[in-house]
Amino acid sequence: MGRTRVAITGIGAVSPLGLTSARMWEGLCAGKSGIKRITKFEPSKFTCQLAGEVEEYKIQQYVPKSFRKATKMMSKDIELAVIAADEAVRDSGLITKAIDEQKINVNPQRMAINLGAGLISCDPCELAPAVAKSLTDSNFDIQKWGKDGIELVTPLWLLKYLPNMLACHVGIIHDVQGPSNTITCAEVSGHIAIAEAAEVIARGNSDIALAGGAESKVNPVLIMRQCLINRTTNKHNDNAEGACRPFDSDASGSVFGDGGGIVVLENLDNATKRGAKIYAEIIGAGQSACINPIYEHIEPDGYGLTIAIEKALAQANISPEDIDLIIPHGTGIPQDDMAEAKGIEAAIGEDVKRILVWPTKSMLSNTGAACGGLDVVAATLAIRDGVIPAAKNCVKKAAGCNLNIVKETIKTNIRHALCCGYTYGGQTAAVILKKFEN
Amino acid sequence: MIQNEKKERVVITGMGIVCPLGHDIETTWQAILAGKSGVAKTTIFDASTFPTTFSAEVKNYDIAKFVKNPDLHKNGNRGSKFAVGAAVQACRQAGINVETDEPADGIDRKRIGIYLGAGEGAANHEAFFGAIAAGWDDQTNAMDWTKWADVAAVQMRAMHELEQEANMPAAHLSMLTGARGPIRSCLTACAASTQAVGEASMTIRRGDADIMIAGGAHSMIHPLGQTGFNRLTALSKRNDSPQTASRPFTASRDGFVLGEGAAIVILESLTSAKKRGVKILAEIIGYGSSSDAFRVTDMHEEGRGAIQAMEAAITDAGITYKDVNYVNAHGTSTSENDSIETKAIKAVFKERAKQIVVSSIKSSMGHLIGAAGGAELITCVLAIRDGIVPATINLNDPDPQLDLDYVPNTPRKMQVNVAMKESFGFGGQNNVVIVRKYEDR
Repeated sequence: MGRTRVAITGIGAVSPLGLTSARMWEGLCAGKSGIKRITKFEPSKFTCQLAGEVEEYKIQQYVPKSFRKATKMMSKDIELAVIAADEAVRDSGLITKAIDEQKINVNPQRMAINLGAGLISCDPCELAPAVAKSLTDSNFDIQKWGKDGIELVTPLWLLKYLPNMLACHVGIIHDVQGPSNTITCAEVSGHIAIAEAAEVIARGNSDIALAGGAESKVNPVLIMRQCLINRTTNKHNDNAEGACRPFDSDASGSVFGDGGGIVVLENLDNATKRGAKIYAEIIGAGQSACINPIYEHIEPDGYGLTIAIEKALAQANISPEDIDLIIPHGTGIPQDDMAEAKGIEAAIGEDVKRILVWPTKSMLSNTGAACGGLDVVAATLAIRDGVIPAAKNCVKKAAGCNLNIVKETIKTNIRHALCCGYTYGGQTAAVILKKFEN
Repeated sequence: MIQNEKKERVVITGMGIVCPLGHDIETTWQAILAGKSGVAKTTIFDASTFPTTFSAEVKNYDIAKFVKNPDLHKNGNRGSKFAVGAAVQACRQAGINVETDEPADGIDRKRIGIYLGAGEGAANHEAFFGAIAAGWDDQTNAMDWTKWADVAAVQMRAMHELEQEANMPAAHLSMLTGARGPIRSCLTACAASTQAVGEASMTIRRGDADIMIAGGAHSMIHPLGQTGFNRLTALSKRNDSPQTASRPFTASRDGFVLGEGAAIVILESLTSAKKRGVKILAEIIGYGSSSDAFRVTDMHEEGRGAIQAMEAAITDAGITYKDVNYVNAHGTSTSENDSIETKAIKAVFKERAKQIVVSSIKSSMGHLIGAAGGAELITCVLAIRDGIVPATINLNDPDPQLDLDYVPNTPRKMQVNVAMKESFGFGGQNNVVIVRKYEDR
């Protein structure tokens, strides 16, 4: 049991660059940005008017016929998870109940699911008619709400917005009956969910796991929240393409977006036995916390990130010289980027000069709980193709940042890739992928 | 390699609680044994016109009684503040220093982790509803987002917004304790803190930490939380008798009672606990997790997921169903849960089902949602310690369909060696933890 290896056998991504992982990879390789002026709501009164929105889709196309009615109970966050999971499962060659009920080739009890989710904010328009019924002299009156307003709230309203519903809907669609968890560690949720799913497989509790995260940040409440916490860029509203600038001297904040990134993790023996395509292995993960009294930012030296990376390296039993690619959290928030750069540098030492660092949020935007899933999918594809695309918008590196940000697309053999993340509140995580060799 | 080689035994060396029945372990336990109810008219907000007007609130809580520097937590949501109080108690019992950069306890902070099942902070409802009211045009049924933003930008406050995020209670505990090990937070609805304790025990078992500060913190006693549960018709509406409203396993049960609080246990590797010479309260021996994969609105009719989680935990513990003395039930007092949970217990405990002792302390404490499992696990440890099983109170009209021994109304003196805590989340996420009397073997 102690030697269980965990493979990635399927990938799925829905992002501002497209509805599939292939579209995302094309966009990343072409240096495209999915960030645009917000269309979902009129943003002119928001300090940041940009976001990474996902193009139109029909959710019914991603669920079996029998589940179409249940799509009415899905918030956007849930839909994004369903779409990414659909691609990941199809890509893995696993036949779940949703793919073909006649040809199921998995044991549902041996499948796990672990998704990172945000604190889903409801659509204010959905509650507005109820609020309108609850006014006294144009002010909200809680007594009217409790008596009359509440009656106008659709009975299953709450179920759309419980964070665990991502895993529940996806689990029902694909008949996942094994261990199920929902990680709610904000922007590092996806990384942690993937790490924990790998642990669940390693300890023998399941053979297969759907893992990653999804979140819809393009919601007026959430965008306003990020604006108020001063984590958004406010000076690029007329320059969407160049707005999010991780590690650049001209960086001024993050841009938020929608996304879902999910991988199929599998016990390597299981994957080999069924002749599955194996993209890479997950060989190490580490976690810690940054401790900072100003907890909307991480501590200035990024020490919590250093610990996470060191632990992941120790668990993978490799040293920094074995790493060829790092995908950092890289939000474009100058002080967090600087702290992250220091935290990474402290963990990898001299190799900071060599290891290529490729931030993705300049193109994918900051998709919250989805970040980790999207970055692990991106790392998987980079390993597969032996390509590291150029970083976008890092024209002149910020003073004091010693990371080797990838300047132009290169073809190279990637032995190991490290994806790391952190969040306001301090939780950190690092996940190490290894190119698969039989 | 993802680590799985070490097989550390996991023991509990500290406990703390802030709940509707008290702000410490002994007060809470005595209240439970005395059959008290923590339920009363809701005061946190004006719920007087809601279908349900009562809840199980934490009353008169003052974080300053627990910490020297309450300012660090002043923006914290209710759950975060409760978590800090519960964690201080638990750390004190386990000999872990808090609020210091130079701990004298000799424990490497990189070896201390945190795993919470924690929920959201309440929205600032004035701002939330006020902005909607300002932006909504009833004639066109459309939102004017410029009007909405004008109000929202002024009334929403940055720190209050940040503190609504579900990872904040864990953030407050890492600031409190300096923990730098694995820090996680999960939110699998009503099963969250049982899952957190289960996963935390796995973290120690595989050697990723020596100590885990685990449990839950949550308050959904806020207008949107109550609106959601009232609309789902999940809450009791027994407004004329709040204290008897939570009545699991009765024929007249009509829903659960919304509660709030935090419960923290210190999990520790046996090696570390022995090395430090701290008192061992009990041992965590098994954990099982499953999903119903059925419907988001209902539990699986036969309790398939619940059965699987219980059996997984029993297998993980290396025991059989015959070894379990006591089941601390999810027992929510909803029609659906109590009958399906009973079916599931029967399926797992087979010929012993009628002998197994089952009780629900939600009858006294209400349903702490994300924090429920942690609080209830603590009562399992106390039952083992004191040789007494807490009662299911308000059980005066048993449901004829439900025929297990639910320990009605009076606590029962009995030796408990192995207790099972089970929690089932909305949407079908099930988690079970098994705790055993500690024996030095």
